[in-house]
This record gives sequence, C-alpha cells and structure tokens, in this order.
Amino acid sequence: MEEALTLVIATLAATLRVATPLVLCAMGGLFSEKSGIIDVGLEGKMLMAAFFAAATAAVTDSAWMGVGAAILAAEVLALLHGFACITHRGNQVVSGIALNILAMGLTVVLGTAWFARGGQTPPLSPGERLNPIFFPVAGDNVIVYAALLSVPLTWWLIERTRFGLRLRAVGEVPLAVDAAGISVSWLRYRAVMLCGLFAGLAGAYLSIAQNAGFSRDMTAGQGFIALAAIIFGRWRPFPAFGACLAFGLLESIAIRLQGVKLPGVGEVPVQLVQAMPYLLTLFLLAGFIGRTVAPKAAGVPYEKEH
Amino acid sequence: MQELTAAAAIELRGIDKSFGSVHAVRGVSLRIERGGITGIVGENGAGKSTLMSILYGLYRADAGEILVDGRAVEMTGPRDAIGHGIGMVHQHFMLVDSFTVLENLILGAEGGPLLAGGRAAARTELARLAREYDLTVDPDARISDLSVGEQQRVEILKVLFRGARILILDEPSAVLTPQETDRLLEILRVLRDRGVTVVLITHKLREILSVTDKVIVMRRGEVVAERPTSETGAEELAELMVGRKVRFAFDKAPSRTGEARLVVRNLSLVDGRRVRVLDDISFEVRAGEIVGVAGVSGNGQTELLQVLSGIRQPTGGALEVCGRKVDASHPADPAEMRGLGVAHVPEDRLRQGLVPAFLASETAILGYQDREPFCHNYLLDGPAVGKYCAELMERFDVRPRTPGLRSSSFSGGNQQKLILAREMARHPKLLLVGQPTRGVDIGAIEFIRRELIASRDSGCAVLVVSVELEEILSLADRILVMSGGRIVGEVAAADADERTLGLMMAGARAA
Amino acid sequence: MSATRRPLPGWVEIGLLPLANVAMAFLLVGLIVRVIGVDPVHALELLVLGAVGSSESIGYTLYYATNFIFTGLAVAVAFHAGLFNIGGEGQAYIGGLGCGLAVLALDRYLPGLLMIPLAILASAAFGAAWAAVPAWMQAWRGSHIVITTIMFNFVASALMVYLMVNVLIAPGSMTPQSRGFGASAAVPSMQAALQWIGIAVAPSALNLSLLLALLACVGVWIFLWHTPWGYGLRTMGHNPEAALYAGTNLKRTTMLAMCLSGALAGGVAVNELLGVHHRLVLDFAAGYGFTGIAVALMGRGHPLGIVLAALLFGALQQGGAELAFEIPAITREMVVVIQGLVILFSGALVHLPRPWLQALLARKG
Repeated sequence: MEEALTLVIATLAATLRVATPLVLCAMGGLFSEKSGIIDVGLEGKMLMAAFFAAATAAVTDSAWMGVGAAILAAEVLALLHGFACITHRGNQVVSGIALNILAMGLTVVLGTAWFARGGQTPPLSPGERLNPIFFPVAGDNVIVYAALLSVPLTWWLIERTRFGLRLRAVGEVPLAVDAAGISVSWLRYRAVMLCGLFAGLAGAYLSIAQNAGFSRDMTAGQGFIALAAIIFGRWRPFPAFGACLAFGLLESIAIRLQGVKLPGVGEVPVQLVQAMPYLLTLFLLAGFIGRTVAPKAAGVPYEKEH
Repeated sequence: MQELTAAAAIELRGIDKSFGSVHAVRGVSLRIERGGITGIVGENGAGKSTLMSILYGLYRADAGEILVDGRAVEMTGPRDAIGHGIGMVHQHFMLVDSFTVLENLILGAEGGPLLAGGRAAARTELARLAREYDLTVDPDARISDLSVGEQQRVEILKVLFRGARILILDEPSAVLTPQETDRLLEILRVLRDRGVTVVLITHKLREILSVTDKVIVMRRGEVVAERPTSETGAEELAELMVGRKVRFAFDKAPSRTGEARLVVRNLSLVDGRRVRVLDDISFEVRAGEIVGVAGVSGNGQTELLQVLSGIRQPTGGALEVCGRKVDASHPADPAEMRGLGVAHVPEDRLRQGLVPAFLASETAILGYQDREPFCHNYLLDGPAVGKYCAELMERFDVRPRTPGLRSSSFSGGNQQKLILAREMARHPKLLLVGQPTRGVDIGAIEFIRRELIASRDSGCAVLVVSVELEEILSLADRILVMSGGRIVGEVAAADADERTLGLMMAGARAA
Repeated sequence: MSATRRPLPGWVEIGLLPLANVAMAFLLVGLIVRVIGVDPVHALELLVLGAVGSSESIGYTLYYATNFIFTGLAVAVAFHAGLFNIGGEGQAYIGGLGCGLAVLALDRYLPGLLMIPLAILASAAFGAAWAAVPAWMQAWRGSHIVITTIMFNFVASALMVYLMVNVLIAPGSMTPQSRGFGASAAVPSMQAALQWIGIAVAPSALNLSLLLALLACVGVWIFLWHTPWGYGLRTMGHNPEAALYAGTNLKRTTMLAMCLSGALAGGVAVNELLGVHHRLVLDFAAGYGFTGIAVALMGRGHPLGIVLAALLFGALQQGGAELAFEIPAITREMVVVIQGLVILFSGALVHLPRPWLQALLARKG
C-alpha cells in the first residue's frame, strides 16, 4: 500500500518536473497566438534560452544571472520574430522555422567556441543552479512554482484585464481594434515579448534547474509539444495546462514503462507513448475530437490601408 | 453676444483624395448641421464612403480641411475622430464575434487596466443608453448569437458609449431585412430627437426620403446637389444621382432571338450563414439577345453569376444550360459548364479572371488549359499558347502585344480585353459577363461593348450583370432588376430609362 | 495594394533581391564568426577550399547537394500550390522505410535493373503516402498543414525508432540498423560510373542518385510549367478563387501537390540508403528536410534556382565540415546557422531590402 502511494507520488512529481517547461512554453505561446501571431519558434526560443542560462551561470557562478540571460536571449529571438512578422508582415511560419534552425546551430557554434566541449556547457555546481525549495527529491525549484503560477496569471491577464481584452480582440478582428483607435502592432509586440519571457524561463529551467548544464538539442521537441498542448487546450490557459500535465504524465510513464510487460497487452512500445501527444493532437486537428478554434486572424499579417 | 450663424457640427473644405490613378474625392466641401439627420446619397463609387472614412481618420486626405464645431482639426486616426465626438458604424461590422456585447462595447474604452470596474460601469451606462435611446440589447449575449440587426444596434451603442455626438452610418441597411431597416430608421429618429447629429450614407432613396432632414447628392467624387428633404422627391434624386451621362450610340440592330440557351426556374441559394442570397429566381436567356441584370451591388448578382457558371451549386430550384439540367442533386463544376459552351467573364478580374503573377499567355488559357490546341499528350504546347495569345491580342487590340509579359503589367482595360477575348474566342453558346467595363478606360469601354453586341448578333446568348445603369441601357435588349436576392422587375430596354430603373433598384418601386 | 510592395523590374525581382537577401544573411554570419574570434576571410578561404579544393571534396559537395535538390524540390512543389510542407524530413524518413522494406524483401530475387527502380518507386510511394495524410486533413478537414506536417515529423521519427530497434534490426546487431542490402540494390557510385567511361576521380559518397535528382528537376519543371495539372496547381497557389473559376478541383490538387512533394522528399532515401549506407539506418534524413526550405526559398521555387541553391548549401555542408576540422573553434553547426539566417532573410524578411533597392534604382534612373 505504502509502496503504491510512493509510486504515485513519485510519478506525480516526475510529471510536474517534465511538464514545467511545457507549461511555461504553452502559456507564452498562448499570448502570441491569441494576438494572431503563430509561433512555431517556441522550440528555438527555449533552446537559445537554455544555452545562455547555462553559459551565463557557468561564467558568473550565479543562477539568477543565468535566468536573466535566458530571458534576454529568448526576447531577442521574440523581437526578431516580431520584426519579421509584425513590422515586415513576413510569413510567420517561415520566420518561426528560421529562428528554430538558427537556435539549433548558434547554440552549438557558440558553445563550442566558448567552452570547447562539443557544444555542451561546463557542468554546473549546485551553487550555480536553481535548487529544490521544499522537497529535494521532488525537484521543486522556483521555476516549477513559477510555471504553476503562470497558468492562473495567464488566465487572469487574458480574461480579466484591459490588455487581455484587446489581445483577444486583435487575434480575432484586428480591424476592430484599429478602428477603436488602438495600435495593432504595439499590442502584438507586447504579446510576442510576453511569449519570449515565458519561453526564456522554460529554457532556463531545462539547463540550470532540471539539468546541470546545456547539451545540444536539449529541448528535443518540447516546444512543439507545448504547441500541441495549446491546440489541445483550444487556446485556453487551464485546458492547455491540463494538456501539458497529460503529456508530462505520458512522458514520465514512458520512462517507467521501458522494458516492462503489461498484463494482457505485452510490452508497450515506448516510442508509441512518446508519440502520443502528437498523435492525439493530430486526431484533434482531424476533427475526430471536436472542432478546434484557433484565433481567426492567426497567421494573417495586418495591413493598414492608407 | 449672439452668433449669427452657429458653427456646423462638421464642415469639410476642399477635401481631395486619390488612390493611385483613381480620383475618388474631388475637392468636396460640405456642411453638416448640428442635430438632424443628413443623408448622403450617390451611386456605387461616387465617393461617399471614402469621404466619410477621411472624416473618421481611416484615410488621410490629400488636400482639404476638416472642421468640427467650427474648429479645424487634424484626423490622424480613429482615435482623433473619437476624441472629437465622432463615431462611425461601418458597413462591415467591427465586432469581435466571440465576445459578448459588453466586451465589444468597452474595447478601447475599458476605463482602466482591469476589466472588472470598467465592466460594471459599462453595464450601468449601457442600461442608461438603452433607456434613453430605446436600444435594448442583452449585454451578456455573444455577438455570434445575435441577428444582424441586433449587431448593428451594438455598433450604434458602441459609438454612443464613447460619448459621440455625431454618428456616421455607412450603408447601414445593406445587410438588413426591410423590417430591420424600419427598426433602424426608428432608432435614428430617436437619436435625432435626443440631440445626436446623424449622417446617413446610402443609395436607397426610400430611407433618405423617410428619415433625413437634408440630402447631399454625390456623383463621381463631387457634391452635385444639396436639398432639404421636404423640397425634393425620389425622381429628382434619382436623376441627380445618375446624372445625364452621354450614352454611347450604337447602330444596334434589333435582336433576332433563337432558342432558349439558359432557363432558370425558381433558383435559390442559401449561403453558409443561412442567409438566402438568391430567392426564387426565374428567367431565360435566348440565343441572339443580351439580357442585362441591373441592381445595386450586393443584391445577389455575384452569387447569380457564380451559380450560373458552376462555381457554386444552387440549393433550390434548377437551371438548364444548353440542355443540361443543374440542380442541388445534379451539380456541375466550371469545367463542365465550359464544356457545354458557357463562357464567363467574372466580375472581379484580379481575383478570379486572371492570376496577376502569370504571363499574359498563361492568362489567355485560364480555364481552357487542358483543351486542344493548348494541350496534347498531357503537355501544354507553349508555342501554340503563345501564338494563340498573340492572335487574341491582335483581334481584341490588347496593348502591349506581348504574350510574355506578366498579367499584372497590363492596364485594367487591357486585362479585361484579354479576358473577354479568351472567353469569346471559342464561340460560346452562352456568355456570362460581370461588370464588363469596371475600371476600364473610355476607349476600351466602347470596344468591349461593341464586341459584346457583335457576339449577340452572331447568335450567342449574353447575360450582362452591371451596376452601371447606363451600360445596361446601352447594351441590353431586356433588363432584369435585382434587389435583395430577387428579381423585382423586368422591362424591355426600349421602355426603360435610368429613372425608372433607379427607382426599382432603390426599392422604391415606381411600376 | 500596399504602396511598399510595388514590384521592381524583373531582373531585380529574380536576380538582385534574392542576392541581397542572401548577402545580408552572410554578412550576419561573418559577424558571428568574428564574435567567435576567427577571421571571417580566412574562414571563408578554408570553407571554399574544403568544398571545391579537390575532386573528393567536390564529390562530397555534390553528394550533399543531391539531398538538397530533392528536399528543395519537395518544398517548392508544395509552395507553388500555396501549401507549406514542413514535413519533408518525415517524408524522406518514411520514404527510406519503403525503400528498405522493398530491398530487404526482394534483393535476393531481383537483378539490379529491376531492384533499383522498384526501390526508388517504393521510396517515392512511401514518402507520398506520408504526405497524403496531412494533405487529406488540409483538404477535407481544414487542419493547418504546417502544424500537421510538424507533428508527422515527430511521429515518423518515433515510428522509425520503434521499427529499427524492435523489428528491422539485423539479428545479432547492437546498433539499430538493418542487415546490409544485397549488391543488386546498390546505386553505383559516381567514381565507379566515371571509371567506366574512363574518367578517374577520387572516391566519395557521390553516386548516380545525382542524375535522378537532376532528372527530378527537369520533371518538376515540365510538370509545373508544361502540363495542365501543373498549371492548375500554380493557379491554386497564386489565387485559389481563380483556380476555382478555371474549374480546378482544389481538394484533388492539394492531394496531388502534397503527394508529389512527399515523393520527391523520398529521393533522399535513394541517395542515402541505396547510394551510401546500403542498409536502413536511423536518422539518415536528419536536417535535410529543413534545409530544403532554405533551398526552395533561395532558389525562388524554380528548379534551376534550386540546383544553384543546393550547390551552395552542399558546398557549405562539405566546406563547413572541413572548416570545423581546421579551426576547432568553429563547428559544422555553423552551416545550420547559415541555413537559419538564409531562411529568415530569404523567407520572412524577403521584403526588407526592397525600399533600399527602390531608392537605389530611383537615384540611378
């Protein structure tokens, strides 16, 4: 009995650990997508942030400097995305992919040049990392709590504030926002920057909280799982949070299932469990689990007439 | 001290605006008096909407001055207009569908960084406005659940909520049923009685006559007349709107009609939003005649052409094209229609009739790309296409005569001639033409009309849809008038004139 | 309609503007190299030398270019139809599965003349099938093809790992790879082929798949610009309403474009598996799908431009490897950086230099 309880608690803690970057990315992505800017570049922002967090922490011996650098790095990419998509009305998907690839390359290039460890940063000592606050085994560091807090905060910002109201409007009918005398571009820039902030935190979590350093491609598709969670949550914070937890649970089960034979089923392929978030999202997108409701103006550059 | 003349609510002085080569507004000066309802009427493209968009700060005027309450003001954007107490209800609603009425109301006037306080205040204010102006809407209803008339009421409330004392309505009845229109006019009267200055932009004379105090008539970007409503009537206004244009004189032989090529019976079309855009339409077009469809744009003509050409399928009734019956259960696509001998010159040439990025030679075979002589053994014959295009250009005097030039590099008139050439070259049995001379220069207009008549004389059945009355009158043998998705009248061209047609189109039926 | 998008003269649009885009990307790369503390000019010398300095390096450059031609064409065909296929990576991967399955099943029974064409067809068919599902979802269900193809990349990756680890792994092997293909399934190397006609070159990974890639270029060019289906496809991409008016079936054309795109991506499997690895391995398509986007954007969607862009990226890939070998501070991921920047400047920021070029031309003219 006690064993079962321990297992449950351990699995829950593992779920939360895995879900933390997903939650942060999903909340960040929500702001961007709600404003009408599609962001397939979450992965790249997170990767870049993870690298700069670890690199800065290693050089300055300060975890907090690392967090700051992570946010800064993610903001640079976010602003580039905004510059391309909002100011120059470029293709949002192309821009997102470009930034992903750029991050993939630049982290390794800079890492090798600065630390000469094949793209990795030096291992971080506990003093250079964000450590668990209450339960050492659970890994409940400050970013985990930030992620938990980010969900009601996102909900509150979107649903209860003037900014949120305008944000939702600009993603649906930018013309209405413009006609109300509000700047479409500035609203979208703010959304994109919020996205950078959250993705930066998620990146910092990966390299200086969950792990003790940066390793190449350490995001491993989590930015896309966060994107899937947004779709799965139908662009609403709490359901998206639920999707992140579900995907996190799948991942932590996948780790436990490795090589285990289940009665009646046999060995469940780990890869199947890992691909579940994508498969589920595809089923959702195909309309088998209800319709999805993306913001109407998502992906469409706003062109003001003169 | 008493002022001799009170300052006008709005005064425009010498407003001028061009879009590229189109001179939309030509030095317009006008005064809109405080209180009262001023109507601005004119045909499509007369410059009414552009003028009001300039007043609301959506466009910048090239020249001229705007005075509000006698003071010159700068309108750099809607925010300025709102600040000066001007509000606008656009033809296309600026509402967020997924929002509630209240959320739409406070967008841009939230009253603080948090919604809670502003929302409560807005609720109170909304209740007050509802009482004062007799405008009831459920504040918590979602916009997508409201009828079009109710949505418009929300737009009006939005404007009042922002404290506007001057209300501009751009074609407000275009999307309304007659009953909803009556309700709207009622609301406008209440607003006037409570001291709001109302500007009503419309082309519907019935509305002007029933609700305005003063009418301003615009034509081709200019103000051509101002009348107190009590001193004018539908006939004079219709005449002023349309103007006395020179009719192109054609030596048009009397038509020799043959068999019916197109028979339409009780045709109807219900669109995705469950709006009945075509309603119980019946007519026929015979070989050797031109049937003109007149009407203000947006009254079902576009959809009619789409159904007749196979782009959309009818939801009720049927049509018979050259012997083939098409109805909801026997659909036909545009390729099949072409095979039957139906050619179609679409209304919007840049979006449908050609691909701007394609070469002229590619545009010359759009819709016929898989037919001889352009295509054999599954391959396009480039030289044959180029030669064909050169022939079309020669015959229809398309300039420059360069098949290798991008379609977007040709002027509107030459693009239109190329499309017309493409559609007429294969000697169709039925030719559908939408807005044959929209955005086309004078020289090309005459050429295009002559070709259409020549086509009729050679035995083709021609259906012409146009918002230009003068065009319909000079081309058609018979004229159908469309309004609200229905055919509201049919007249022989010999018995028709602009005034009677204008009255029918405006819904103020004379006959 | 916007005033800022006024078209420039033709030679500027297809010549100068793309060059300006790429130049900006490379300028930024030079800056990054500088930041790392390496002289950009020296790095460029090493890179060029590494890419075309010997017949071996030229061979490798062309071998990489072969993959880029396939994925570049794949992206371009979809792009001409107005579809953004990000799934080239997964389609190439699954194309490899088809290729592997066909060879593993039949290489003992069929001679090369039958085996190789069959394996090529299997690559194309599996690649097309993997693209057909997102295409169907887009055409009939309205699911955004960008999102679905991204998801399909991950699903393809998981599927292949599972199959390689559990099903297709060679008995007794420790690494997840299939048994070696029979000799009848090997596409001859370019060295062997040239030797046949009496030309001696250094051995490299370059094989006759390059000819297939060039053939594909010609095929795509004929299809897009010289068949009625290609015409309909391009019409849909530019202007769906005009395509509808012209009687083009939009759903079927979406399927056609995506299947063709997936089949082209499958060409990577031919080059990698039949030409080089001679067995089914993991991750052989890694990165090529995404580079295809850069190649297609830079080549402006035209086969000729794609060949040129593929050569450039092939040279970067090969030269970058040599450069990384010579200067430890630089890794071959520098190429990935360049790809990212090229996609950014030739794709999302394509209009950035427009006003400057306009001003430049205005002053001259």
